[in-house]
Amino acid sequence: MAVVSLAATRFTKTALAARKERAEAVAKWAFFGMAVAMIIPLVAIIAYLLYRAAPSLSLEFLVEMPRRGMREGGIWPAFIGTLYLVVISLAVSAPIGVLAAIYLNEYARDTWFNRLINLAVINLAGVPSIVHALFGLGAFVYAAKFGYSIVAASLTLAIMTLPVIIASTREALASVPMAFREACWNVGATRWQTIKAVVLPNSISGILTGVILQVSRAAGETAPIMFTGAVFFKAIQPGTVFPYRLQDQCMALSMHLYTVSTQIPNVKESIPYATAIVLLGTVLLVNVSAIGLRVWLRNRKRW
Amino acid sequence: MTDPALSNPRTVGPRPRRRAWAVIGERALETVIRASGVSAILFVLAIFFFVFREAAPVLFSDDFNFLEFLFSAQWYPTSDINVRYGTWALTVGSFSVTALAMVLAVPFGLGAAIYISEFSGPRQRETLKITIELLAAIPSVVWGFIGLTVMSRIIVALTGAPVGVNLLNGGLILALMSVPIIVSIGEDALKAVPDSYREAAQALGATRWQIVFRVLLPAAKNGLLAAVLLGVGRAVGETMAVLMATGHAVHLPHSLVDSVRTLTANIAAELGEAPVGSSHYQVLFLTGVLLFCITFAVNLTADLVIRGVRRK
Repeated sequence: MAVVSLAATRFTKTALAARKERAEAVAKWAFFGMAVAMIIPLVAIIAYLLYRAAPSLSLEFLVEMPRRGMREGGIWPAFIGTLYLVVISLAVSAPIGVLAAIYLNEYARDTWFNRLINLAVINLAGVPSIVHALFGLGAFVYAAKFGYSIVAASLTLAIMTLPVIIASTREALASVPMAFREACWNVGATRWQTIKAVVLPNSISGILTGVILQVSRAAGETAPIMFTGAVFFKAIQPGTVFPYRLQDQCMALSMHLYTVSTQIPNVKESIPYATAIVLLGTVLLVNVSAIGLRVWLRNRKRW
Repeated sequence: MTDPALSNPRTVGPRPRRRAWAVIGERALETVIRASGVSAILFVLAIFFFVFREAAPVLFSDDFNFLEFLFSAQWYPTSDINVRYGTWALTVGSFSVTALAMVLAVPFGLGAAIYISEFSGPRQRETLKITIELLAAIPSVVWGFIGLTVMSRIIVALTGAPVGVNLLNGGLILALMSVPIIVSIGEDALKAVPDSYREAAQALGATRWQIVFRVLLPAAKNGLLAAVLLGVGRAVGETMAVLMATGHAVHLPHSLVDSVRTLTANIAAELGEAPVGSSHYQVLFLTGVLLFCITFAVNLTADLVIRGVRRK
């Protein structure tokens, strides 16, 4: 008898083990629930917006002019305006951001000055968007005398999105193994030759991902352009590809969403939802392409 | 000439010279690279300088009381007889919305970070991380719109509050907005704990939950704290979402369904109406300086905390 019970206890759980297992299962499901709790709102929000936007969603909505004080019609001027702002801010922040990241990752030694630069980058990322707007207003609109214009708004956006590019470029550069550089230095290449021949070719896709993320960020921002160059409404010639001049003010998608949802009474029900879907769709599409690029790149990686 | 190999032309030829313009070009390029690096500092200084420059006149004028600016709850910028610039109600608004957001976002964010880093398989991890990245990409004006339309209706239906745009709404929206940053930094912090810690605990018979609770959380607490601080920084600085979702009442909130206004939303709401160069306009810039200083302090603390982790 004694022998049998011993054998039985050896393979049944003790009370402590059972409790441990229960706690384990509870914890796992609780954490799983918390993780999933973030997916549900994302899916629910997109589905609900799509459902409400459906009556207005069509190609005409994208390419038509707004009519009757933006209560009907499309969003073409806002879409083009966003394109302007994104392209110009990208043209400014991409070179500065990539070069700054090259400096921080390839040249900078661990001195107090370079720690200061790091701190500055972190803080630049943390400055509230409305403070960027105040800066743009004070620096570009008034001090540099650009006035309320596409240039001023784009420059404000460029400085605001600089940390995005710096951070992701640095990550891309840091993922190139040190041995690659050492091999190159050992055959007598200078620092820049190494960067050009070895580091950049091996990290270019990662850098591109960062640039794409900058686009998504710049397209979605509202506060920084609100007081520097984006306006509620601006009439443009329908059918022209370059309707704005650089010193003009412009409309922008994000600003347009704010306008039609808060500033104008009696807007056709589905228009704000459709605007939100176009903005959200643009931004998420850009992000998905960045993610796709990253996944493709990781699968291709040979080291 | 001490090394015979170097002086012997048969083993080592004359060192090939690079063309002068190549050397000069490289020097020039490196200067540009260095300048780009330094530009980050210049931009931060420029932001402070230009915002402060617009705010300075009112700060140094005689009838402006800085203590009143910070600690008075009376904000009557456009009053005819009794102009008051007290931002206390706005500061309280900012911090109450942020605090509510953190109460919701920190448990969920850290829980999700723990799940992703410790419990999930590779495929599940990838899916969750991509979802979180997409969640982080939603523009703030879209969040504000969701608060204004979807969330406010839900709140009115559930709580019976007279208006749906209030402290609770803003808190919920900000929680959803700051969760991604808490998850991603928190996950980094957990990943930074050496595997040997986990293996040692496992060898002692600990379950994964015990490892998380007894080993990982204590070991990663600084990194997790930094994650929370960065979430706070994001929430304090957020503008469009709170502008649209929290209502527009400048007063000290008494309940969760009171409308509030935050420092950021106040600037966005009033800057367009304040005449350029008026004291109202300058006070709004001063509020910007205040915000700059708050977020600077929060981010600096987070950075010091993370650096402390690395040194260890």
